[in-house]
Amino acid sequence: MKAIETRKLSKSYGDICAVKELDLVVNEGELFALLGVNGAGKTTTIKMLSGLTEPTGGEFSVLGRSKMEDIKPLINVSPQETAIAPNLTVRENLEFICGIYGFDRAESKARAAAMLREFSMEEVARQKAKTLSGGWQRRLSIAMALISEPKLLFLDEPTLGLDVIARRELWHIIEGLKGRVTVILTTHYLEEAEALSDRLAVMAKGRLIAVGTASELMAKAGCDKFEDAFVALCGGGAAV
Amino acid sequence: MKMCAFASRNTKEILRDRLNVIFGLGFPLIVLLLLTIIQSNVPQELFPLRKLTPGIAVFGLSFVSLFSATVISRDRSSSLMLRLYSSPMRPADYILGYTLPLLPMSIAQTLICFAAALALGLEWSVNILLSIAVLVPAMLLFIAVGLICGTLLNDKQVGGICGALLTNLTAWLSDTWFDVSLVGGAFEKIANALPFIHAVKAGRAAYNGEFSSIMPELWWVIVYAAVFMLLAAVIFKKKMKT
Repeated sequence: MKAIETRKLSKSYGDICAVKELDLVVNEGELFALLGVNGAGKTTTIKMLSGLTEPTGGEFSVLGRSKMEDIKPLINVSPQETAIAPNLTVRENLEFICGIYGFDRAESKARAAAMLREFSMEEVARQKAKTLSGGWQRRLSIAMALISEPKLLFLDEPTLGLDVIARRELWHIIEGLKGRVTVILTTHYLEEAEALSDRLAVMAKGRLIAVGTASELMAKAGCDKFEDAFVALCGGGAAV
Repeated sequence: MKMCAFASRNTKEILRDRLNVIFGLGFPLIVLLLLTIIQSNVPQELFPLRKLTPGIAVFGLSFVSLFSATVISRDRSSSLMLRLYSSPMRPADYILGYTLPLLPMSIAQTLICFAAALALGLEWSVNILLSIAVLVPAMLLFIAVGLICGTLLNDKQVGGICGALLTNLTAWLSDTWFDVSLVGGAFEKIANALPFIHAVKAGRAAYNGEFSSIMPELWWVIVYAAVFMLLAAVIFKKKMKT
């Protein structure tokens, strides 16, 4: 099944076109990276697909569903900035997300305990989220996105602002999701996208420029390095 | 279930913000104490506890607006709201989830105010319970004002509007610090057009056992509370889409 299918999906803010006639297909189980320079339309695309903003044109389906009330229980989002409840403990944050996804108390506790183990967060389980370091907060934020066991997970710049060690730890976590969950990843770190993703799409000025595996994109751009290919594709601006 | 989880989280967020709680509970009590001390040092009846206590209780409720507005504006300014908006929660879950925790907190705050007044010499009467019940529409009104401010303003603006403007409006236009009829004119007309003075008078009437005087005052507060609650729901729902 297709995890995401968009047809001429567009979003305009007045005269400014943030996303223009996006035709995109993401397969179930894929780790799919959306790349582009600032203002390319990546975050707007994620916002439309996760129900945070309404498209001004076109249509889309997520896991075969097109109504947001049917889509929302199946997805979860880890936004660009860390999205945690600061005065709740790590465990309470996890149980809170279970609650708003409709799980009962016992199920919430069991899921939180499992997630604490999986993300090696047991030692900070009783700590208030606001007292954690940036890396641990981001880890918690991703755990909160996964605890509802979404079929589709949006990771918007998950490693932004983290040090190298924390980034590598998160890479490991994201890699572990492959095959279990369809992941849409946006990032400015090209080596991260290349290392983690099954397929990648490059957006520029709201348009889809190219889509394929890292080697396909390098071949398309005629470059040996992925970063050079990205620059060439963004600078070229030709449609797919 | 979703609403309960959200309400539980909001309760924890508010109660764990100790500075807000101490200020919200403590400041009205300090005012109550100071005015009672002033009263004990002057021969005229300026601030008798039977009139002062319902007034301070209403004044204290203005801090509930600050609590609710602060939580909502902080949620909005962080990415947490994006996460929540992409969850299966419906608009009603948000409105009730923000409102319900504040109602018991408002009742507790009013109880503490009356308990402090009893300690300072207010005569015990079962009508105290009626007076607290009569203040419930005022509680809902202040919660709704907080919902609106939190939805429209950022956390710095919330501090100014709810923390300074609303608390001062409540204090000055509620007949608590001074008899507004002594000022008269436009000031008195504005005070009478707003709900604060009516909430205080309804609370006083209930405490004094003047039961027939309650409803004419309380209707003002009920209508204001209903309108502001509706407005809060509409504004929040509209903001969600943008």
